[in-house]
Amino acid sequence: MIIEGGIVYDPINGVLGEEMDLSIEDGRVVEKAGGSEVIDARGMLVMPGGVDAHAHIAGGKVNTGRIMRPEDGRRGTEPRTKLLRPSTGYTVPNCYAIGYRYARLGYTTAFEAATPILEARHTHEELEEIPIIDKGALTLFGNNWEVLECVRDGDLGKLAAFVAWGLLASRGYGVKVVNPGGGEAWGFGGNVKGIDDPVPSFDVTPREIIRYLMRANEALRLPHSVHLHTNNLGKPGNYETTLETLRAVEDIAASRNRQVLHVTHMQFSAYGGTGWRDFESKAPEIAGYFNRHDQFTMDMGQLIFGSATTMTADAPLEYGNARLLKAKWSNHDIELEESSGVVPIVYGRKNPINAIQWAIGLELALLTEDSWQMIMTTDHPNGGPFVNYPEVVALLMSRRKREEELATLHDLASKRTSLPSIEREMDWNEVAIVTRAGPARILGLPEKGHLGVGADGDVSIYEINPEKVDPSRDHEVVKAALARAKYTIKAGEVVVRDGEVVAVPQGSTYWVDASVPEADAARVRADLVEKFAKYYSIQMSNYMVQDAYVTRPRVVRAGVI
Amino acid sequence: MPQYYIKLTVPQGKTAQYIALGRGWGKEFEFMVIILKAIMISGRTLGQGASLEAKMSPEFFNATSSCAISESDYNALGISGDENVLVRTEFGEVVLSARKDDGLPPGVIFIPMGPWANAVVGENTGGCGCPLFKGTEAEVEPTKTQVKDVCELFADLKRLAGEGS
Amino acid sequence: MIEEDVLCPFCGCLCDDLKVEVEEGRIVGVKRACRLGMSKFMGHERIVAPMVRRDGVLVETSYEEAYERAAEILKAAKRPLLYGWCSTVCETAKKGILLAEEVGGVIDSTATVCHGPSIIGIEEKGLAGSTLGQVKNRADLIVFWGANPAEAHPRHTLRYSSNSTGMFTPEGRGGRKVIVVDVRKTRTAKNADKFVLIRPGTDYEVIAALRMIVKGKGDLLPDAVAGIAKSDLEEVADMMKAAKFGAVLIGLGLTHSRGRYKNVDGALSLVADLNGFTKFVVLAMRGHYNVAGFGQVCAWETGYPMAVDLSRGAPYFNPGETAACDLLARREADAMMVVAADPASNFPRKTVEAMAEIPVIQVDPYPNPTTFIADVVIPTAVCGIEAEGTAYRMDGLSLRMKKVVDSVYPTDEEVVENILDRVRRLGDDN
Repeated sequence: MIIEGGIVYDPINGVLGEEMDLSIEDGRVVEKAGGSEVIDARGMLVMPGGVDAHAHIAGGKVNTGRIMRPEDGRRGTEPRTKLLRPSTGYTVPNCYAIGYRYARLGYTTAFEAATPILEARHTHEELEEIPIIDKGALTLFGNNWEVLECVRDGDLGKLAAFVAWGLLASRGYGVKVVNPGGGEAWGFGGNVKGIDDPVPSFDVTPREIIRYLMRANEALRLPHSVHLHTNNLGKPGNYETTLETLRAVEDIAASRNRQVLHVTHMQFSAYGGTGWRDFESKAPEIAGYFNRHDQFTMDMGQLIFGSATTMTADAPLEYGNARLLKAKWSNHDIELEESSGVVPIVYGRKNPINAIQWAIGLELALLTEDSWQMIMTTDHPNGGPFVNYPEVVALLMSRRKREEELATLHDLASKRTSLPSIEREMDWNEVAIVTRAGPARILGLPEKGHLGVGADGDVSIYEINPEKVDPSRDHEVVKAALARAKYTIKAGEVVVRDGEVVAVPQGSTYWVDASVPEADAARVRADLVEKFAKYYSIQMSNYMVQDAYVTRPRVVRAGVI
Repeated sequence: MPQYYIKLTVPQGKTAQYIALGRGWGKEFEFMVIILKAIMISGRTLGQGASLEAKMSPEFFNATSSCAISESDYNALGISGDENVLVRTEFGEVVLSARKDDGLPPGVIFIPMGPWANAVVGENTGGCGCPLFKGTEAEVEPTKTQVKDVCELFADLKRLAGEGS
Repeated sequence: MIEEDVLCPFCGCLCDDLKVEVEEGRIVGVKRACRLGMSKFMGHERIVAPMVRRDGVLVETSYEEAYERAAEILKAAKRPLLYGWCSTVCETAKKGILLAEEVGGVIDSTATVCHGPSIIGIEEKGLAGSTLGQVKNRADLIVFWGANPAEAHPRHTLRYSSNSTGMFTPEGRGGRKVIVVDVRKTRTAKNADKFVLIRPGTDYEVIAALRMIVKGKGDLLPDAVAGIAKSDLEEVADMMKAAKFGAVLIGLGLTHSRGRYKNVDGALSLVADLNGFTKFVVLAMRGHYNVAGFGQVCAWETGYPMAVDLSRGAPYFNPGETAACDLLARREADAMMVVAADPASNFPRKTVEAMAEIPVIQVDPYPNPTTFIADVVIPTAVCGIEAEGTAYRMDGLSLRMKKVVDSVYPTDEEVVENILDRVRRLGDDN
């Protein structure tokens, strides 16, 4: 396949809006392809396929959202066609809708953000059912008893061996840490209040958990860094916890050419104020810190007005949400490992808190000077569904659009944030970074997020001429173009044409197989044998995700040896 | 046949309502037939569960075609050794073997879930997809009629003749 | 040969620690199973061969003909109902949903006549739950409400609830309180510290009264609610609030009686309220080993967990309208495919009469009353014994079921796939 004459943005390879041809063969970008398939991309924007590094798209939480929210199911209904399965849902779409909608946006890769090991089989069952895109799942470690015990005992070798085992058992890609220690405390209805608040029964602190898991992550040379959902997330004044957390790990060095820590959906962790009454943005403080510390990355967690479904392993947060909103509430604690919760929400433009939250996400993205430290997300579906990414991009590219929106919001969005004064408008290169190149680099996917020779043949082509359209003024044009890719090409196959899905290949699933010294692995096994005998409700032999659940694996090797 | 409503005091100080279809009312307290008015509950039992994938077996028949009745109701009904009970609701009737169950309060009968119980359950789901398997008002009386086996129970439905098993 | 850690394809406990002894391809012994699981592993009478009804009589035939007849029936129907799916693995359910899409049918599971009302309750309130191991390791108070695990889930108490031991519950039953609320003194109730006997159909009132007491509004209550002394309810509320970790385990006593989903809504709300004071979770005591699995698969594939109408191409969900019993009671379904279930036994008589008037396809290992009214009967391998696949435990935990012996029969999944193939070959004219 040859893609002719597009205006290409490929930041990893230093291509900034050049008119050039691209060749794809056998699913990969090549120097020159044979064959007769030619795609005329003249006058169109061409970028690598989009990469979503943080979305809740598969597993128990997501399905709980679907089951408890039939009213959401009705919002996204599209009938089946000869090619497509039916779609339902807006914030919690069914599996098919997830694949189709990502593809229509020009996204070709998405990572599920949080899966407990015990329930990873379920996650993979859903990932297998999501068509078109490549996938992966981050595995939860921050409240696991074996982790807490290794940290308590200061046994880094054993912790690393357990992390490797946990990734294997869950067929997981990376280390996700959510409200470390808080999930265990929630087992008896408690929480931790900060990074030095001890975890009940385990004699460790969140600070120690985060530090040890980061050190284990780097000892294993995993492709992705620790992916952290901070303590106190969602609470006024939490920016101090966030900064305290970052300061606590400044001395840890990355083992690979990437960040040492990714702090996710930062919008929810950048709050000032002592309560909801004096709630305000501390995005400038957070972004300022990131501007001085390039070893850290974050994603936005941008809020989208309208319906959302909050879902997180931060169960005490969800309980708080449910009480605050008087909303329906699901909770799911997972023996020895995690807790989680799901609460529907509607974000209102005239709600002062929501309006400030909306502004904070944009402040973070725009005040962080190096786009490589920032990923555009909505923490789907917590801040809002991923189908709104074109809206977010338009906001990032157009100060005019931001002003238009601000005018419709509660006035505290202007008074308690710095957004009105921010002039920056991202250009297409920066957009390509925060939606593709950056997330691929941050996840550690060398074949994603760029169009150099050897890269996956994942390309998105949008019917918008970057040389003619002024995104600042014509933000509606930008949003419309990004919402319906002219072409999405996945592994060299056209999967979307004119905004419609035209082919439904099955993507693959990334997971990381990390090697560890046998002596450490043996010590972990001995611990686990005891835990299964005494505490787990299933047998150890039935625990690990079987190969049958990952039919197209893409295994990344890592490890100590 | 005249119906007489009486209340009998039963153990635990509770009362159950009976409909008495009597002879000699007003003279001595004697009845030819007593009909128990009760609430019918259906549900799982171990025996029903152990045979639920062997529905043609005698075990399933034995486990499922019975009606449990509280001891006081059982005695009040005067069920004799060779008698079964006829359970009647507004939705149908069915003959079941009777047994005493000391866990049941007076006025409540229990039939293991299965086709016998469902012969007297209504089809209304109250708009939620699920029939009222527990809580149907029923009348219970002793009978000499035999309990139908599983084939007989379905004999009046589709083309049972020549069943291939 | 002993197969270790075999999963039990009977109840929602989905015990995964069975030892199955196999000799020359036959199961000769099972260890650790309860009476229910044991009976299943040791085997029952099977449907010998595929059958189709000719001149009112079921006669043996080939699988090929049975598939063809099944496809013709589904294809000819205007409103086919595809029902069952809970005593089989998730892989079958996936194919079944695709088949329902293909024929424009309604797909529904046995959940609608069991914990379907619980699911509707969850739609109202959400479910504050946990895995069973969390109950095992932490719960110092167990409340069985309208549930009788002694008969329906025999190993539940030992493995997961009242009698289990764990990290924070080393004393097992001795360190726990057990409350049973039921309309009769069940075998479970006989093992309780506190048994509350309620009148049938009064669960909602009793739960509402408990919620008032828990929230400090007990003084508004009369001296007795639905025949229960207020002091009894206060004692229950005190026990609940005094617990460090309470678990309310709800059974069909709530879903099958007056109030149905509103009873469950009440129980879920009570648990949400209790979390304002201490830690509480609530779980549904699901019946069949994979009734939870169908709901999971159906939700991620169609957006809804049961009773999904696919006749318009897009999923439509409205239990009470689109559930199996309702479709039959309204004489709306004009053909029915039953997979791994026995509605002829488990549906109300009037509904079964409606089934008898329409063509019925049965896919099942065992003969049962549904066979009496079936027009096509297709025998299959027993999932979890003769076929592997995925099942979801009552708490939503997914596990892989094993195959321990070979079977001459095709799997449920293969049968549904074969019928799907035939349907597709019959063309796209509807």
